[in-house]
Amino acid sequence: MSTIKINIVSSSEEIYSGEATMVYATGTLGELGIAPGHTPLLTGLAAGPVRVQNGTEEEAFFCSGGFLEVQPDLVTVLSDTAERAESLDESEAIKAKEAAEQELANKDASLDYAKASAQLAEAVARLKTIQKIRKNQ
Amino acid sequence: MANTKEVRKQIASIKSTQKITSAMEMVAASKMKKTQDTMLEGRPYSLKIKDVISHVALANSEYPHPFYEERTPKKACFIVVSSDKGLCGGLNINLFKQVIAKSAELNEQGIESCFALIGTKAAGFFKSVGGQVIAVAEKLGDKPNPDDLIGLTKVVLDMHKNGDIDQAYLCSNGFVNTMTQQPNVEQLIPLAPEEKEESSPTQWDYIYEPEAKELLDGLLTRYIESLVYQAVIENNACEQAAKMIAMKNATDNAGDLIKELELLYNNVRQAAITQELSEIVGGAAAV
Repeated sequence: MSTIKINIVSSSEEIYSGEATMVYATGTLGELGIAPGHTPLLTGLAAGPVRVQNGTEEEAFFCSGGFLEVQPDLVTVLSDTAERAESLDESEAIKAKEAAEQELANKDASLDYAKASAQLAEAVARLKTIQKIRKNQ
Repeated sequence: MANTKEVRKQIASIKSTQKITSAMEMVAASKMKKTQDTMLEGRPYSLKIKDVISHVALANSEYPHPFYEERTPKKACFIVVSSDKGLCGGLNINLFKQVIAKSAELNEQGIESCFALIGTKAAGFFKSVGGQVIAVAEKLGDKPNPDDLIGLTKVVLDMHKNGDIDQAYLCSNGFVNTMTQQPNVEQLIPLAPEEKEESSPTQWDYIYEPEAKELLDGLLTRYIESLVYQAVIENNACEQAAKMIAMKNATDNAGDLIKELELLYNNVRQAAITQELSEIVGGAAAV
């Protein structure tokens, strides 16, 4: 089975480097599935999971945004922050989501609406990643 | 001739200074390890984004980005990366000298200069030297957050977009090894176009999602930010290495001084004893 090289890096460390038969990511325009030999593609990444499939094995990462470059034999994920999905804590994510929702509900108070909704989107994306892994297990 | 009490006091004061410098040397040595690790952790990202950028440069993009555009330069901006604290030898001043030299060289060609400064030392230096300062970022700490630099980078890129500046230079110390730091002044904008390889398949372009303009704007901004961030963490590693060496030299010099002073102290003491003896002998002979 043919494979494609994948590198996931964030500004403070290298997260993952290896081979994959299929890569799934959340682009700004929707979900992407990348198989080996994909045509060159450059896209932004939305907050969400990046899943790397190699045969039957699968690893998931959480990515809060960044860029994705595809060359026929190479995928590069330039993530703003990326975490291994195992290190994500569901209770923390739910807490963050609730806090963000509360801030949004308090709209009239003098707070940064855009910032709060960005926080909410990130918390929801983290939760989605966690839940997706749960389903796969 | 100096008296013994004075010399003893001087020795004591130098000894306490030596204790401080040797403690600072040890602190710098332990921090150096950490800052070097941070520097190495940041490398994969900057290498990968460089790869992507070079691929982008090879693609026949439908949208030529302004960062690649060569304008007739009228004004250049220097992003100067320095340390927040002193006592690190000639690290900062060597860099500033290069910046000033480059700025003077551009001035002869009729290009004005302005400065975006990172670190307290640069801010202090350019305040006393004069020169137009457009942005300052200070007190980033040993583990700088990339977010703290976005503001400063944005100011520079916005000025470039508005046509206020035509060139940007990144000035920082490169880490060669613990003993050597190399001050560098590199051109940031316009980005040097990659050499197109003859063998590379011609006529291809990316699929851009969403728009090429939006995407390349974001990507190239991120690229510049990552270069600045990498320069800052590399400069941090340089600072600790230079500080360690400077403090080691200070400790050694203090040791030499103490040795000399102890010799002097013994001389003075001996002279005093000899004089006393000869006085006693002289006194006894007179009786």
